[in-house]
Amino acid sequence: MSVEQEFPELRTVILTVNGERHEIEIETRMTLADCIRHRIGKTGTHLGCEHGVCGACTVLVNGRSARSCLMLAVQANGAEIITVEGLATDGGEWHPLQQAFHEHHALQCGFCTAGILTSMVEFLGEHPDPNEEEVREALSGNICRCTGYQGIVNAVLDAAGRLRAANGGDVK
Amino acid sequence: MSEGLIGTPVRRLEDAALLTGTARFVDDIELPEMLECAFVRSPHPHAAIRSINPTPALSLPGVHAVFSYADLAPLFTKNLIPPDNPGLKFAETTKAIVLAEEEVCYVGEIVAIVLADSRYIAEDALSLVDVDYEILPAVADCRDALAPDAPRAHRHAPDNIVTTFRTEFGDCHSAFGTAAHVFDLSLKQHRGSGHPIEGRGIVVQFESATEGLTVWSSTQGAHRVRNTLVDIFGLDEDRVRAATPDVGGGFGSKHIVYPEEVIVAGAALLQKCPLKWIEDRREHFLAAIQERDQYWEFEIATDEEGHLLGVRGSMIHDQGAYTLLGFNVGHNASLAVPGPYVLPNYQLDVTIAVTNKVGTIPVRGAGYPEGTFAMERAMDLIADKLGMDRAEIRRRNLITAEMIPYELPLRARDGSTTHYESGDYPLCLQKALDRAGYTQFAERQATALSEGRYIGMGLANCVKITGRGPFETGIVRIGPSGQITVHTGAMAMGQGIKTAYAQICADQFGVNPSDVRVIAGDTGTVPMGIGGFGSRQTVTAGSSIHLASIEVREKALKTAAHMLEASEQDLELKDGKINVAGVPGLSVSLSDVAKALSGAVGYARPKDVSPGLEATANFMPTGLTYGNGVHVVEVEVDIGTGGVKITRYVVVNDSGRLINPQIVEGQIIGGVAHGIGNALFEWMGYDESGQPVTTTFAEYLLPTAPVVPNIEIVHHETPSTVNPLGVKGVGEAGVIPAAPAIMSAIENALAPFNVRIAETPISPPRIIELIEAGKNGA
Amino acid sequence: MKPPPFHYHDPDTVEEAVALIGRLENAKLLAGGQSLMPMLNMRYVLPDHIVDLNRIPSLSHIDQADGRITIGAMTRQREIEYSELLWERCPLFRKALLQVGHRQTRNRGTIGGSLCHLDPAAELPTVLAAMAAAVHVVGPQGARDIPIADFPAFYMTPAIEFDELVSAVSFSPWPTGHKSAFVEFARRPGDFAIVGVAALLDMADDGKIRRATISLSGVGAAPVRCTTTEERLIGTTPDDVAIRAAAEACRELDAMEDVHASPAYRQHLAVELVSRAVRTALDDMGAGSTS
Repeated sequence: MSVEQEFPELRTVILTVNGERHEIEIETRMTLADCIRHRIGKTGTHLGCEHGVCGACTVLVNGRSARSCLMLAVQANGAEIITVEGLATDGGEWHPLQQAFHEHHALQCGFCTAGILTSMVEFLGEHPDPNEEEVREALSGNICRCTGYQGIVNAVLDAAGRLRAANGGDVK
Repeated sequence: MSEGLIGTPVRRLEDAALLTGTARFVDDIELPEMLECAFVRSPHPHAAIRSINPTPALSLPGVHAVFSYADLAPLFTKNLIPPDNPGLKFAETTKAIVLAEEEVCYVGEIVAIVLADSRYIAEDALSLVDVDYEILPAVADCRDALAPDAPRAHRHAPDNIVTTFRTEFGDCHSAFGTAAHVFDLSLKQHRGSGHPIEGRGIVVQFESATEGLTVWSSTQGAHRVRNTLVDIFGLDEDRVRAATPDVGGGFGSKHIVYPEEVIVAGAALLQKCPLKWIEDRREHFLAAIQERDQYWEFEIATDEEGHLLGVRGSMIHDQGAYTLLGFNVGHNASLAVPGPYVLPNYQLDVTIAVTNKVGTIPVRGAGYPEGTFAMERAMDLIADKLGMDRAEIRRRNLITAEMIPYELPLRARDGSTTHYESGDYPLCLQKALDRAGYTQFAERQATALSEGRYIGMGLANCVKITGRGPFETGIVRIGPSGQITVHTGAMAMGQGIKTAYAQICADQFGVNPSDVRVIAGDTGTVPMGIGGFGSRQTVTAGSSIHLASIEVREKALKTAAHMLEASEQDLELKDGKINVAGVPGLSVSLSDVAKALSGAVGYARPKDVSPGLEATANFMPTGLTYGNGVHVVEVEVDIGTGGVKITRYVVVNDSGRLINPQIVEGQIIGGVAHGIGNALFEWMGYDESGQPVTTTFAEYLLPTAPVVPNIEIVHHETPSTVNPLGVKGVGEAGVIPAAPAIMSAIENALAPFNVRIAETPISPPRIIELIEAGKNGA
Repeated sequence: MKPPPFHYHDPDTVEEAVALIGRLENAKLLAGGQSLMPMLNMRYVLPDHIVDLNRIPSLSHIDQADGRITIGAMTRQREIEYSELLWERCPLFRKALLQVGHRQTRNRGTIGGSLCHLDPAAELPTVLAAMAAAVHVVGPQGARDIPIADFPAFYMTPAIEFDELVSAVSFSPWPTGHKSAFVEFARRPGDFAIVGVAALLDMADDGKIRRATISLSGVGAAPVRCTTTEERLIGTTPDDVAIRAAAEACRELDAMEDVHASPAYRQHLAVELVSRAVRTALDDMGAGSTS
């Protein structure tokens, strides 16, 4: 490894996070997860493994779920990012998934929850009427150590029903 | 709403912040001028440190300091993390030190700490700290460690034994001498690590002006952290505060105070600026505690009908290189063997072995899974050998309801005897079997077999010790604003204590749980505390809060009676107000009462009520309380691949009175998932030299949603008789009988191949091996 | 686990990317990041330069021309999974991809990244091997094609020069109506398979197997074809016994050892999964059918 005077290497990027535009100068090696958490200050997204398995860091990048520990922040230049903080409405009304998670005890320590919520927002957007097996399969990319998943599965199925009832509509 | 909150599935108060991303975990704490830390860790299982040269690292821009033993030791009163039980005798060389001076004994042991502007730079610096190691011979397998010529895990130690002890009662010699049957069993058991999704972490702030040290640690014991720092650094107790941010799971991984926490605090004292250390997952694999390996060799004596006459044998437990919390796992495992059965004679010789790996302490279940596994595998063995039904053999040996309270001449660590004070084990077994359709299963199994499918059903019972004392603090305080606040030494790590305790407290005041604020894990507000482990907090803290709430309620009523010039019997308390029954206009609020008792001018105060609308209780349970459970599991085994699918999972669980059934079920299901991990997936592997070989989540497998089935829970509630709430702990209940129930099911499915399973976890390749061996008549 | 410092480059044309890797020392190409980023975070690799291919739109496409299908190297696994063209002409891709990782990894992961990483357990290289694909490589001297069988040089190392990059893969789909299956065994759904099998069958009008390709992942360091099994199947309408007899040949394949499985187990799985893959393929409705 060469440690030269041209480090830290910096770039200016523009990230739109939950609808808010941020123009910031960051190190090119900074992960998107660290950028969101520490530069933009949205700490709801968490790091559980930093090698792309646990899913706690999942955010939506241009509508698609991505493990933010496996992206460089510079790669998200110009992108629209949704994190857990952006799921409720501006008026503070919870997303049906958040409401369902609360009702079905789908979280305990809550550390993995943000990554599951964003993953499920995408999943229900593409599969508005899943069965239980499909929900479990969709959750396979997120690890929870506390809940044993049952509350989460019940919450996702419930939220799917609510979203369908609200015209199968906008999942955000 | 205000009547009978206990037993109600109140939705959690913790959820809002967690669901909206506004909770505050340790890595979310930012302080001005804070530096970030990383640790130089030994890459060798055993080595002598010849020299440490930090100079190349210090010349990296952004690196502020590199500290090793030479820099930090002058701050220590002693290089020792104070043990839980100072009276416990064991090998001195394995005492939990803070920082190695010249010998490292496991891969990942700390050699130095780097302080830098960011974690990125701190990690850059790690490879620039030049450490000269002399590699020493290492021992990895705990059985090898006991050979007389084995390399010493600590080079100056006389051997690799932490301690040996015997757990016994009765007279095994006679029992075995006259037994109709004696069977023997060898087991290899392995449990990995806790792996909460949030790793460990600490933020330390030292204010030189006030010499105040504040730490925020992702811990299961804030008071333990505070006490340890006070002890090691010789600080004034009232200048040290340990607070707990939101904690992303514990499971035992955050129970002790780690060297990392102490070293970061020491570095903060030296550097005089805030410091943060956030563990990454690789560090958790290397340096966070595990439960790891146990090898059991034992015999079971029975009479003609399969009644247990005695169990005797030996067990070796892999403690790792340091004794971080006594030898609880090995000890608990030996205590857990009798379980819910009548066992007249017992003798287990336990050797706690030292190896060149990170230390082991309890992970969720704390040795009870291992002891339970031993007894439950023995039960299936007896059934097989005597041609009996597996449920029948258990029924025959279970302690019956009529025998309860039942005392075993087996002492727990605190000296108390093992006293099962309530429970109905045969009824729970029957409920579980009925729910699972046990008697109909044989036919279903035969049908499946005729279709070439291998399905099996297994079962296991357990008893779990809960509610360990000595106490837990509960302070209930209603301030002049009328706000009800609970302070407790109990620790929150996802198990919903803020909701459960709010329910317990709110129940006394006729308010919503959301009107009660629970503050946990802050030594600044609660002088003493023990912490969260061993399924103890609802029993202890819950009871304390219950008692303190009652005391505050009584004070409030007495004061209100005085203020309203009414008699106490005529008063009712609800929705935060006390009024004369039937006369709603004649009332005072809790705020009024609080003001009266705080000495506010103009308020009447009865002379025989002490100031302050508050009370403190430190409930001391008179004994431990025992929960029990039965798991019945159905599996399908793919004999082509060795893959196991759990197709049905039934739990009957008795954790006494339930404060919040939704939270209780969450605990049980989470525990079962962990147990599935222990049975089928989680293996923390080391090679023969002591190098860890599973250090990522791709190699160490945690259960994911598709492999955990729906868990059907049937509750049975026999209240505890040793605490005022009648509760029993439930945090570990789900994990304890899971592995043996699953193995019992797999064996049952593979009965056509004479497969016997004597290990946990089990993998698909191993199942194929056992099937092949069975086919070949092994 | 933070990445080490590196110089970051994000060219927007293939030519620029090729020029960069030709001139920069110790450079690594960044595709979907699902393999490289964990290695960077764990500091298993310490490149001085990262050349990010994600800003080169010309590398992402799925086209059909002259009987061949071409997929650009940076095409996301997700796009391949959802491609109607591929589902119609070569359904094996979607069948395999549904077992590759998780939604989050398929959103970012690319076919070129997976191919160049050459993890022995990876599904896509095995599918490409089954398709006898050509790998299109671009370097300073221009473009060349490497047959997939020659593409793996050794363990997790492709046979391309430091100044070349993979721009696309192409293959001739099997005829309409061909049957396919992808069967694997993993510890948990979405994990890398211990062994995976891609099976392609083309049936003659008399119902006999006219052509068969059986390609396995997880057995050797590179995807391996079991030609003996293929030969035993051709010209037959095999029942379960015959399928298994054909699959038995896979027990002779050289198999790897690692923390997850022994060679013997891999060989055992190979036989088992090849049997299942052939059975599943025989039951398949066939490519281009309306189901």
